[in-house]
Amino acid sequence: MAILYEYLIAPFVEFAFMQRALAGALMLSVSACPVGVFLMLRRMSLTGDAMAHAILPGAAVGFLLYGLQIVPMTLGGLVAGVVVALGAGAVSRLTIQKEDASMAAFYLISLALGVLIVSLRGSNVDLMHVLFGTVLALNDDALTLIGAIMIATLAALAVFWRALVAECLDPLFLRSVSRLGPPVHFLFLGLVVLNLVGGFQALGTLLSVGLMMLPAAAARFWTARVEPMCLLAVAIGVASCLAGLLLSYHAALPSGPAIILSAGVIYIVSIVVGTRGLLATRVRHASHRTA
Amino acid sequence: MPEACITFSDLTLGYNSHPAVHHLNGVVAKGSLTAVVGANGSGKSTLMKGIVGVLKPMAGACKVAPGAKLAYLPQQSELDRSFPARVVDLVSLGLWPRRGLLGRHRPEDREAVAKALSAVGLEGFEKRPIDTLSGGQLQRALFARVLVQDADLILLDEPFNAIDARTVADLIALIKRWHGEQRTIMVVVHDLDLVRQHFPEALLLARQPVAWGDARSTLAPENLLRARQFHEAWDDKAPWCAPGEDHGHHHAHGHHHAHAHGIHEHPHADKAADRAGHRGAA
Repeated sequence: MAILYEYLIAPFVEFAFMQRALAGALMLSVSACPVGVFLMLRRMSLTGDAMAHAILPGAAVGFLLYGLQIVPMTLGGLVAGVVVALGAGAVSRLTIQKEDASMAAFYLISLALGVLIVSLRGSNVDLMHVLFGTVLALNDDALTLIGAIMIATLAALAVFWRALVAECLDPLFLRSVSRLGPPVHFLFLGLVVLNLVGGFQALGTLLSVGLMMLPAAAARFWTARVEPMCLLAVAIGVASCLAGLLLSYHAALPSGPAIILSAGVIYIVSIVVGTRGLLATRVRHASHRTA
Repeated sequence: MPEACITFSDLTLGYNSHPAVHHLNGVVAKGSLTAVVGANGSGKSTLMKGIVGVLKPMAGACKVAPGAKLAYLPQQSELDRSFPARVVDLVSLGLWPRRGLLGRHRPEDREAVAKALSAVGLEGFEKRPIDTLSGGQLQRALFARVLVQDADLILLDEPFNAIDARTVADLIALIKRWHGEQRTIMVVVHDLDLVRQHFPEALLLARQPVAWGDARSTLAPENLLRARQFHEAWDDKAPWCAPGEDHGHHHAHGHHHAHAHGIHEHPHADKAADRAGHRGAA
């Protein structure tokens, strides 16, 4: 038992930075994983990735004006993300172009702009910071921000749950009974941006999408209902954060990739052994029922 | 004059400035049961979309009586069958008009869902994921959702597609029950015998309304022949339809014979009719 305590509990008890990292990562999991489930179910998994790139110029402007500080960079990222989400969404709803194409166009423009702005000042090391973040250096501001984002996300999900499910399951039906369809879509894109921005300081722009999508993708292999899928995704997210932080502490690895890779391991295991995974669906059963 | 549920006033619906429903006038009476018939591309589904409001009119207007709750079963559902939902979740969507975004689903709501499922013969399917249903079973589940919606105006676009004969009979019985409950129902149907047998009224479309009224006289051979002669393809060189031009069809309900506007004479009418014949049922 002492060894288990030493390895699993002690790092979080003894070091304040580990406690902060844990608090931040847990709040992010609770908030981002359900959003990831809906992204996946709407076949927008790569949209999260695109949005993660899209917030770069906003963050870069904040970085250019105020240096490496969480609040201006976050607000900048939020603005850039909302502009890209609204722009891509508007193009897809008002023209014949589908959202995947318009989203790709907008985020590529945004990404190029971001790289340009970062290069105006600072070195590649700074760019690495923006892109990959560091969960081990979360300050009070960052934790407050992540907490606020978690509360806002959970509140929005609770209020709009039924509309979100209906919009995913049968959008035409929702349009025939309610005008909530388009607003809910944009609200949802807003939540995606918000959670990517929340994960920004902890994991960086590129890896924060990992904590959003990997647990969701893994949870898909275990259940055929939305509510349990969201809960399971959160659980997988929490487990990945714990595993990643401990791995990072004991093996002196960078924390962000350790967290995402832990989620990746759970995903790959789920593909194989999940109740709706490879083994369960591919292995021939020796007998079958009569009806 | 019975109360109106839907009023079309010079309604033109279409895509890219090509009309799919052209200058439709008339009234669908409250409590009526109307079959909408016509060849492929004659504007039946477009008309449904116009009534629901997902397609905005190019000209004219389509007014649904204020306060009328509407249920719509589209021909091509945008349903995502891979979404992780059970049959009961799908059918419960029909509770939206009653409970909206935040209202709790009460025991009587769950009972309504269970009753709807048994009405379409899907008892025992509650917990089945929707991706395990056959095409016909899914269609019946969607029918159950319409039942749960408890609407005053019910629009069914080819509801009998992919459904076996026994279930069609069950669904027809269901539609007749709705009719008895004074709901207004419009159904897009291809099977003309079914229309003659079960529907009091019919609207025969060929982009323009060809005939509208009592089902048997609407489906008279001369009307069907005229409906077959319409040009399904868009004509990019077609002249612009001038406003104020007399279309001569202020269509009063119950007036169901020759339509003044008619179909533009086609130089190869015989050939066209022949081709239509090869396409199968109008």
